[in-house]
Amino acid sequence: MIPELGHYALVLALALGLIQSVAPVIGARSHDAALMRLADSTALMQFVFVALSFGALAVCYVNSDFSVQTVFENSHSQMPVIYKFSSVWGNHEGSMLLWVFILSLFGALVAVFGNNLPASLKADALAVQSWIACAFYLFILLTSNPFLRLPQAPAEGQSLNPILQDPGLAVHPPLLYLGYVGFSMAFSFAAAALIEGRIDAAWARWVRPWTLMAWMCLTLGIAGGSYWAYYTLGWGGFWFWDPVENASLMPWLAGTALLHSAVVMEKRNALKIWTILLAILTFSLSLIGTFLVRSGVLTSVHSFANDPRRGVFILAILVLFIGGSLALFAWRSPVLKQGGLFAPISREGSLVFNNLFLTTACLTVLVGTLYPLALEALTGSKITVGGPFFNLTFGPLFLMLMFAMPFGPLLAWKRGDLPGVTQRLMSAFGIALVAIAVAFAVEGSASLLAPFGVGLAFFVMVGAVVDLAERTGLFRVPFATALRRAAGLPRSAWGAAVAHFGIATSLLGIIGAAAWGTELIVAVKPSQTVSLSGYALTFEGIVQRPGPNYRELLAKFTVRSGDQIIGVMEPSKRDFAARQMSTNEAALMARGVGQLYLSLGDSNSDSSIAIRLYHKPLVMLIWFGGVVMMLGGALSLSDRRLRVGAPKPAARAALQPAE
Amino acid sequence: MTRKQRRLVLISTSLGVIAIAAALILSALRDAIVFFNSPTDVAEKHISSGSRIRVGGLVKPGSVERGDNLRISFDVTDGKNDVPVRYQGIVPDLFREGQGVVAEGKLEKGGTLVADTVLAKHDERYMPREVVDALKKSGRWEETSGTAGGRTQ
Repeated sequence: MIPELGHYALVLALALGLIQSVAPVIGARSHDAALMRLADSTALMQFVFVALSFGALAVCYVNSDFSVQTVFENSHSQMPVIYKFSSVWGNHEGSMLLWVFILSLFGALVAVFGNNLPASLKADALAVQSWIACAFYLFILLTSNPFLRLPQAPAEGQSLNPILQDPGLAVHPPLLYLGYVGFSMAFSFAAAALIEGRIDAAWARWVRPWTLMAWMCLTLGIAGGSYWAYYTLGWGGFWFWDPVENASLMPWLAGTALLHSAVVMEKRNALKIWTILLAILTFSLSLIGTFLVRSGVLTSVHSFANDPRRGVFILAILVLFIGGSLALFAWRSPVLKQGGLFAPISREGSLVFNNLFLTTACLTVLVGTLYPLALEALTGSKITVGGPFFNLTFGPLFLMLMFAMPFGPLLAWKRGDLPGVTQRLMSAFGIALVAIAVAFAVEGSASLLAPFGVGLAFFVMVGAVVDLAERTGLFRVPFATALRRAAGLPRSAWGAAVAHFGIATSLLGIIGAAAWGTELIVAVKPSQTVSLSGYALTFEGIVQRPGPNYRELLAKFTVRSGDQIIGVMEPSKRDFAARQMSTNEAALMARGVGQLYLSLGDSNSDSSIAIRLYHKPLVMLIWFGGVVMMLGGALSLSDRRLRVGAPKPAARAALQPAE
Repeated sequence: MTRKQRRLVLISTSLGVIAIAAALILSALRDAIVFFNSPTDVAEKHISSGSRIRVGGLVKPGSVERGDNLRISFDVTDGKNDVPVRYQGIVPDLFREGQGVVAEGKLEKGGTLVADTVLAKHDERYMPREVVDALKKSGRWEETSGTAGGRTQ
């Protein structure tokens, strides 16, 4: 009964979505307030019905209702409840349901919090949002129904893929989807602006919080996914340039560009058409990502086994929405009023620079991701485009962007003073040079590039501090005054500085782990000691122990630094009988912001066991940096100017106390 | 600066950056990509020694030899031709004789692949798609032996 209810709720959501796709647009054209307001209630009810549908599927999973095919294929009665729940989206059908669930959530949020939007813009945006929703409801109902019943209910399920039986699955996909799908808001608003044929600085102010929210979730989702892959795959790698990772990186890059160009639009009423185009492109990249992941065109650890019908359906959605929106853009954007041009050396100019580099960096990722598919389709030859390609293309572009990063916030609007800014960044240059020298001294000559990378990271970090110091007059005015000014500084200024600091932190971590990491791959016998980078590990032995739905082979190692015992590391291998699979649980030991990383290989007949041991200095900074970036976004989001549902600026200005 | 000059600066910088990106992409596409080959391709295509390739197929039963210091050698076969592979390190958990495998590395003069990466199927249903295609081409593919594509996210 419950699966049927869930299925029915989804059909009802589709019916509501169809109404919402048409009625508000007619209302906006005929200035019918009632028809326009209809979108609010349908958006809310869509959310309610999709939530019911999602809830119904979750109930099936938690209750292990194996008469439902997807539950049978992806769950097992012995699994811990948290994994039963997260299995809901650990498969194709369920994850698509999560996708539309989040889509409908954003629609409902606009309906509730979008009261300050012009009625027709809101109605049009919700209608566009509903077009997307309907396409995906149809996709689920026609090709990927998660509620399909089996004629005979099996007694036991096939269990979730053990690699996915990890807390990471509970967090990573929802965050990623909040990001991906969140960009649909920017898309819908852009399409609505094109339909309306009118766009102004206020548009950017309305769209920015939604984009920022999506961006924060995506940032955290990518960082979390990277950490999950790091500890679960057993190789100590944190980024594989896998097409599925690229699928989430591309919307992130375009979304980051969008956040920056929206600032120009809001503050200077310029770059309007470009911002609209970026909003369309960002969500288009999300759709391309969905296509890459969901259609099974990829050969990767992430892809799904499924039939081509789905791929063709998503491809049709892709072509319809990307092609349609770009056609709409080509047709309507000449109607929009162009913003002004500005001096190249200015804050606006620096943000254009940012956009240029972010979009071209994004382009290199797109080429690297799609080229193998295109080549195989056209010529039949199969190639792998991996780390080396992206290091040679994405790497230089992103590093150039980072070098320019500290200059941007220090340049004035309209006409900036580059020599003056350079002078103010002298302290950052100085510290960067010291960092380069120290890095060279410490590492010897392990890598020529790494010390310069460290210098760059320090340049950006100190640059972010200089930015704040300049704004508050720190070191120039009395400390108390600077502190008062700091408190009065717009939160978005804080947010930018913090986010820039965060990306530099990540860079530092990447350099530390990639250039200065050491590794040892060796077979050890009981009571044998191996050493790496000043740490000595003694293999104490192996124990077997049962888990809830697996058997575990646990190896124990005592870790010494010098003569001091600093702890025990217990990597393990888990054998899952239900899937006849095993997973590798690496042992991690934090050393400052670095880590020791130990994972197990095969055990041999002579009672030795193969191990992978890595020392990764600074590695934790990669993910800390992601969290810091996310916090920067949160600070910016809390800026009163951007607060979701904030009253109109005109109304607020009257309430502000005189300074 | 006049409006015209500003526009000129904007357009020329954009084109400059795009040109840099294009140059980077083209040079990387020449040097930094790796072609996938079946053992038959390796036998027939005269791949120059020293080039970096991927070879996929099945681990030939009886060919696996383990040495000291985690050295391992095995043959990759598609039923028609074999490619000997040498590797030092830990092979994936599901590396077995008769199972699908992809090895990446440099091809030596004698036709041996010195691998630095060995990938195996990672669950009971997964088979690297490249391997499936290679086996289909050589006529050794049976629909029951696996499903293309993995199941993890």
